[in-house]
Amino acid sequence: MSALPPYATTGQRAWYYSFRVICGLVFFFLIAPIVVIIPLSFNAQDFFTFTPEMLRLDPEGYSLKHYRDFFSNDSWQSAMWNSLKIAPMATIVSVTFGTLAAIGLSQPHVPFRRAIMAILISPMIVPLIISAAGMYFFYSRIGLQGTYVGVVLAHAALGIPFVIITVTATLVGFDRSLTRAAANMGADPVTTFFRVQMPLILPGVISGGLFAFITSFDEVVVVLFVGSAGQKTLPWQMFIGLREQISPTILAVATLLVAISIMLLATVEMLRRRSERLRGMSPS
Amino acid sequence: MADASNVDAFVEFERVQKSYDGENLVVKDLNLTMPKGEFLTMLGPSGSGKTTCLMMLAGFETATHGDIRLGGTSINNIPPHKRGIGMVFQNYALFPHMTIAENLSFPLEVRKMGKSEREAKVKRALDMVEMGAFGGRRPSQLSGGQQQRVALARALVFEPELVLMDEPLGALDKQLREKMQFEITHLAHSLGITVVYVTHDQTEALTMSDRVAVFDDGRIQQIAPPDQLYESPDNSFVAQFIGENNTLEGTVKEINNGIALVQLDDGELIDCKPVNVSRPGERTRVSIRPERVEYNKERLQEGVHTLKAEVLEFIYMGDIFRTRLRVAGNDEFIIKTRNAPDQVRLQPGQQIEIGWLPEDCRALDA
Repeated sequence: MSALPPYATTGQRAWYYSFRVICGLVFFFLIAPIVVIIPLSFNAQDFFTFTPEMLRLDPEGYSLKHYRDFFSNDSWQSAMWNSLKIAPMATIVSVTFGTLAAIGLSQPHVPFRRAIMAILISPMIVPLIISAAGMYFFYSRIGLQGTYVGVVLAHAALGIPFVIITVTATLVGFDRSLTRAAANMGADPVTTFFRVQMPLILPGVISGGLFAFITSFDEVVVVLFVGSAGQKTLPWQMFIGLREQISPTILAVATLLVAISIMLLATVEMLRRRSERLRGMSPS
Repeated sequence: MADASNVDAFVEFERVQKSYDGENLVVKDLNLTMPKGEFLTMLGPSGSGKTTCLMMLAGFETATHGDIRLGGTSINNIPPHKRGIGMVFQNYALFPHMTIAENLSFPLEVRKMGKSEREAKVKRALDMVEMGAFGGRRPSQLSGGQQQRVALARALVFEPELVLMDEPLGALDKQLREKMQFEITHLAHSLGITVVYVTHDQTEALTMSDRVAVFDDGRIQQIAPPDQLYESPDNSFVAQFIGENNTLEGTVKEINNGIALVQLDDGELIDCKPVNVSRPGERTRVSIRPERVEYNKERLQEGVHTLKAEVLEFIYMGDIFRTRLRVAGNDEFIIKTRNAPDQVRLQPGQQIEIGWLPEDCRALDA
């Protein structure tokens, strides 16, 4: 943040301030919709609006009843457990295949690697509804539609592009002479991978895994197509909650999800920085 | 040069060729035999094929044609991790996520060695390079010179018989480099290991090696001990590449009693040792080292041909004088003389006569 130099023209001054106003507006539009639900979720009434009591900051206007509802209501609880069963599994599958794909595609001798990369990343670019419809028809044919495995595979396909992109980025800075050195010292390719390459690209793998987890945890379109009632996830339940039984419980759930996301991101980022510092790779 | 069927041969390249694209040969017909315990340096300009040869020996590149043998067995089909060859990489290639001790322990762990034996070997290897106190550090906490020592210790810790070094001192400053040159040769000889060392620094090659292989254009141009390489280069590439060298161009007039009479392009005659010229009328490039040129008439041999020269520049360099002359139309003729009490300092513009012993003046390929 540099101050204005004394020789700035009127135009530069005008831009200096309007730039800051624009930035403020961008942040406001991004964050306000998320922030506003947090106080609303503590509403003592079954409304989506701020009651006069809340605006007076009267303790009577606030309560935890929507949170109690979330933790005692069976359909919300089963949705939460479904999400917790699907997201970690999808993450493991995404990380495994995404990392292998990134390593393979970073070898210069692989033919058509740009084309293969484009295909693997396409779930990120193709409109979700198209992927979802395609998966629905494909999975129905092979008997995966409406199964746990089907939803996990579908979510893994959505998460793989994130893993490929983050791992490929870490591999760019990876020194190939390290794997050569390991081979030279007698380590077979598998040992070399787990002892040398994997620990060094771990920060990228963790970031990719986090994105894959969030993708699955937040996903609603694909699970509506590929899943059945047995795989009703949290976002799906929220979607139903909005359409059918407008209950502020979804505000409580949303607040919880925001808190979990922030905590998850912060923890993983801290872990990642710590491991980078330990390896002496970050310039700080 | 040793014979290809030598029973003592430890490392052998036999008619090895390498091409990356299937058209251009990077290594053309390489033949090389090394006995056990030898320190051999591959020296050459970049792109001469020396690093490719090292990589083929390590197993990171495969030979397009020919056979590479280690201890009598062909290693063409043995993967790098089963060759048991130690290697020091140009950028050291230390594992950044492991401590120094863990780095050294790695080759022993993959050999399933017991913990106590591992620790003893790691300690001995670190002490050998005077890095015993640094076992708990990480590579990023060490200086370049210290990392270099660790890389050396790591290449030696599993006691390989053959160690490859790929320009290991390239990133160090001059003083440290000279110290490490001495330490590496000392270690190699005291451990009795065979070393293949790749460099483009000729001083390093001359001071460290038992033999030097000069590479150019995918071939070994000459392989010889350092003194032989410097004093009796086989061809004009080697003469130009190793040390400073004066060249004069001319035509062979006659060859008598092992002495070639060469007529320079300006008509003057000189006596030379014929190296790769065999008959009169051949074009030749005559090579003479700056310190072998004599201009003191009293010290010149009787009856030898001399050349007229004009002094263009005199440079005082402390231990030596460096004088630039115009000889037979060549303005870059350099002579070096020792700064001795009786030495004459030449003045620019002075006309002198220069000569040399016929065996110091080599008539090479044109």
